[in-house]
Amino acid sequence: MDYLKEIRWSPYVAGAGIGVLSWLSFLISRKPIACSTTFAKASGMIEKMIRGDIVDSKPYYQKVKLVIDWQWMLVTGIVFGSLFSALLSGDFHLQLVPALWASRFGTGAVKRILAALLGGVCLGFGARWADGCTSGHGISGTLQLALSSWISATCFFVGGIVTARLLFRF
Amino acid sequence: MSAQSLPAKEKSRISQLIQGLSIGLVFGFLLQKGGVTKYDVIAGQLLLRDFTVIKVMLSAVLVGMAGIYTMKWLGWVELYPKSGSLGMNVIGGLIFGVGFAILGYCPGTIAGAVGNGSMDALIGGVAGIMLGAGLFAALYPWLNEGILKWGFYGKVTLPQLLKVEERKVVLIVAAAIIVVLAVLEAARL
Repeated sequence: MDYLKEIRWSPYVAGAGIGVLSWLSFLISRKPIACSTTFAKASGMIEKMIRGDIVDSKPYYQKVKLVIDWQWMLVTGIVFGSLFSALLSGDFHLQLVPALWASRFGTGAVKRILAALLGGVCLGFGARWADGCTSGHGISGTLQLALSSWISATCFFVGGIVTARLLFRF
Repeated sequence: MSAQSLPAKEKSRISQLIQGLSIGLVFGFLLQKGGVTKYDVIAGQLLLRDFTVIKVMLSAVLVGMAGIYTMKWLGWVELYPKSGSLGMNVIGGLIFGVGFAILGYCPGTIAGAVGNGSMDALIGGVAGIMLGAGLFAALYPWLNEGILKWGFYGKVTLPQLLKVEERKVVLIVAAAIIVVLAVLEAARL
């Protein structure tokens, strides 16, 4: 049980665990692990609260129905699974500005929140454009050897590495 | 209302939701233990200073691929490769990458970051991802007429594309992943 209280596991143990979890996901739920569609659903659900049922008729929400489903619960589960792990090891920290960010951009919270918002817009927009994220394409798609996923995952990292270099200019 | 009186369809839906939640709980636990629910680790990967993200992903792909293809060959599972095109995956992937670097989380790890106490993820990031996804939904009819169809290849897998036996491609990819991980370890990255 002490192992569960450790702050960090070897990345290979965590990764292999995710690999085994993906077997169970295919075997039991008949679905690959994925996350980003849920953010599109949550976005549409909030829009529906404001603008009403007309939102359901948008072509994208005909394709991605605005209901709480398997993946929606999976993303909810991630929040609590991570919280449980962090509480077990004493690694839960309320934090607004990460240390690496602060070392380059300072400790200002407003700047970090605005950057996170802007980065989030690109991430959410790009994830729907590519039809998947680091989970759906990056892990579940590449392990199925899908061409769409190998191309997407490569572009996630190419875009990310180039942008990070420009941001941190070193 | 007792569980017995629920229609079968509703029961299977509830069972699906519980399965999703359970898989998510374990996924979140593993992401946090792997260290990838933290901005410093993800941004460190994109700056090529910390290779934790790549190690977690490649070992997940290695183990996942070996198990899922074996189960496919046994007839236990089927595959669900996503359809795609160059217009979708290259352009969308690059836009995603820009956001990945600015935000420092991705859609799965940001949920884990929220559980880890990162308020920049909750206040800025989650709101941004939903705005971006909503923006895409608004532009979808227009994008779907053109750019998303450009260079279409559909649900093809690498063995189908290369017309090589699945077993061979699985072995080659597995060997390549092991080599990459061994090189990272040898270079002490």
